[in-house]
Amino acid sequence: MSQSELIPLQLILNEYKQIGRIGLLPALLAAQKQFGYLSPSISAEIGRTLGVPLAEVYGVIEFYSMLTTNPDGKTSVQVCCDAICALQGADRVFEALQQHCEVSSDDGGHPTDYHVERVACLGLCNHAPAVKVGEIAVGKADPGNPETVFLAEDKPLIDHVDGSLRILTPNCCRPEATSLDEYRNDGGYEGLTKALSMAPSEVLAEFNAAGLLGMPPTEVIAEVNAAGLLGRGGAAFPAGAKWEAVSKAPGDIKYVVCNADESEPGSFKDRFLLEMDPHRTLEGLIIAAYAVGAKTGYIYIRGEYHRALAEVKTAVEAARQAGLIGKNIMGSGFDFEVEIRQGAGAYICGEETALFESIEGKRGFPRIKPPYPTTHGLFGRPTVINNVETLCNLPFIVTTGSENYRKIGTARSTGPKLFCVSGDVQRPGLYEVPFGITLRELLFDLAGGIRKGHNLKAALLGGAAGSFAVEKDLDVRLSFEDLRAAGLSLGSGAVMVFDDSRDLRDVLRRITHFFADESCGKCYPCQIGTQRQFEIINRVAGGTVLPGDAGRLADLGWTMTDASLCGLGQTAGLAVLSALEQFPELFLPAQADSSEQKGI
Amino acid sequence: MTIVTLTIDGKQVSVEAGTTLMQAAQQVGQEIPTICYHDHCTGNGLCRLCVVEVEGMRLLPPACITTVQDGQQVHTSSEKVIRSRRTILEMLASTVDLTEAPEIQTYLDEYEADRDRFPDAERRELPVIDDNPMYIRDYSKCVLCWRCVQVCAEDAQYTFAINFTGRGYHSMIGTFFDQPMPATTCVFCGQCVGVCPTGALKPKREWLLEQGLAPDEIFEATKTKKRRRDVKA
Repeated sequence: MSQSELIPLQLILNEYKQIGRIGLLPALLAAQKQFGYLSPSISAEIGRTLGVPLAEVYGVIEFYSMLTTNPDGKTSVQVCCDAICALQGADRVFEALQQHCEVSSDDGGHPTDYHVERVACLGLCNHAPAVKVGEIAVGKADPGNPETVFLAEDKPLIDHVDGSLRILTPNCCRPEATSLDEYRNDGGYEGLTKALSMAPSEVLAEFNAAGLLGMPPTEVIAEVNAAGLLGRGGAAFPAGAKWEAVSKAPGDIKYVVCNADESEPGSFKDRFLLEMDPHRTLEGLIIAAYAVGAKTGYIYIRGEYHRALAEVKTAVEAARQAGLIGKNIMGSGFDFEVEIRQGAGAYICGEETALFESIEGKRGFPRIKPPYPTTHGLFGRPTVINNVETLCNLPFIVTTGSENYRKIGTARSTGPKLFCVSGDVQRPGLYEVPFGITLRELLFDLAGGIRKGHNLKAALLGGAAGSFAVEKDLDVRLSFEDLRAAGLSLGSGAVMVFDDSRDLRDVLRRITHFFADESCGKCYPCQIGTQRQFEIINRVAGGTVLPGDAGRLADLGWTMTDASLCGLGQTAGLAVLSALEQFPELFLPAQADSSEQKGI
Repeated sequence: MTIVTLTIDGKQVSVEAGTTLMQAAQQVGQEIPTICYHDHCTGNGLCRLCVVEVEGMRLLPPACITTVQDGQQVHTSSEKVIRSRRTILEMLASTVDLTEAPEIQTYLDEYEADRDRFPDAERRELPVIDDNPMYIRDYSKCVLCWRCVQVCAEDAQYTFAINFTGRGYHSMIGTFFDQPMPATTCVFCGQCVGVCPTGALKPKREWLLEQGLAPDEIFEATKTKKRRRDVKA
């Protein structure tokens, strides 16, 4: 590439020159957007300018699914082929689109500008079969009319929202994102105002009457502790404990990070919260920063969530204009700046330490813990990292108090929870409920029961990293402690429902393929284990079970669970282990004709 | 200097704080198997062969880099540990050519691993890369222990000629856009060859000797062109 052709690249790199390697991923994404792909000369120029060794630049490009060195520069048409979209004919959609795009058009190449690929869950489960055409999300793709996919409008895909609570989702029923003004009109940023104690006099009078006049950071942390807020990203770690540890950690430089890398199959709550009500998450993040003494925050958003990225950018800008971010927020003396980071296609980057590595401009390899992020997090500094939904709980906790918060939910799982229900139910959607309702209430009362003419076969709780609940589990209460006692997991609240017409072997094939694709490759149990697990399940799903398969899968599953380095490997075998226990007939050797096997 | 006392396989041992579980186990005569661990490289605890069971912990920590805690009850050969080690070894045997990794072969025997446990395994089979006069890269033998990448980087050379390509099971070691080694920053120091546990990296002369070439043929094949410098009087 000539010097003049590189000028647009140099303009891009001007923005990142000062921060060096930390700017690598944004620089690569921007360069790819500009040039259509990453060539050796573009990649070398980026490496040279940011001071990153060339082999490492290439290593980063190779790690992230969204980065490509393919010079055809075609627009990517991504067809989700994970379990829920598969129920709605994703494979047929893929074939139809592939055929459509390979047919050369006389109009001058409209179909051939596209390259169709199978991808993992796009977080659009209730718009299945879901497709992304470049940055545009398209729901309910019709394999009979593939051209309609390319004519779809770029508009928000609205999820059905219901449930007995509206603490997290009061703004989720608009046709588009809630603006700063709309958010404030409904009480938004009152939590932050109360915490920073610079409320307008009428509001202060109200707080005075309640005996609360502003909140020093330690008091905010005490409230979060007292509220019993458990992380909503899947690990359920007490948020207050994290905040307290960071607040007490030595050093002046601390960070808060919002983990918006939602990539768990069946999960779409964070996408919807960010697209519809970005200020709620932002307010939670600012409160967290104030509480722990962080001056800088990062919001790391999954690369494929283009609409969420755009809405969060707009929200951050509006907040900055209104003095809610920046220097001396609301005159309180508290400074806080936010940077938005886009992921580049890697489920593993939802793991907290891998997320830090990603921001730092490296391949998303998880780190050994201990040390924990509370002492050695982003850039090696004490860091609070919380899920989107966790942060969305903060404004409510601060304004109404921990005692009121504890009235919702169970003794050990407090507050409201978002459940993403998808699959074979009458009313798939986003349900906001108190912890403690039963699975039966969620699936049959709220979601309308199994689709007509069918019965429940299994519900996968916790996404691909979850385990199967069956008929006998329907009266289990949906709380962290109750599910754990029942040998199940809540995870981040994804509930994928499969009725009696479904072949669970195919479901397992897609789950195991997902993990094999997303494993970072660092530790052996997961690097090799996810691959071997997929190979065996693929063969089983194709109708051939060999003697010893159940034993192989059990050994693989338990080794990954016990010995993997991070949460991905530790949960990659759970669905299969759960199936071995609940549906052992699927793994009996010899039957050639799958339909003869019982229970299918 | 704090002393920590813990119990390993029923035997009590007292060591300095900061000692690893692996070092402490050695002191009570328990040798824990390792693959990726190397005294002169940053420990990553990634092969997980050295995992042990610690009472009260749900997960099995890697003994090579986990430091001792007072009062710990450690089991180096519990059922869970044995199952994990055997399965890791079986997975490795199904993936790469371990013919030149005698230590791993010993472990395979010791843990009674079934080398043919996974009949439909997609193996790591790649052609030998012979792109320079000094060493060959036979990645069909690569167990992704990370040592070569690390010694080329901050553990020794600060040359950064090689890094990872791909992701997950299809990860590999490679250069920038797969350029031949002489086109990279490699200075042919041989550090990477020195730390490779499986013979994936091998001096070219050794490789040619194995192929049956005569010594003078080998020298011909591995000569580097010398340039004469003009010396002004």
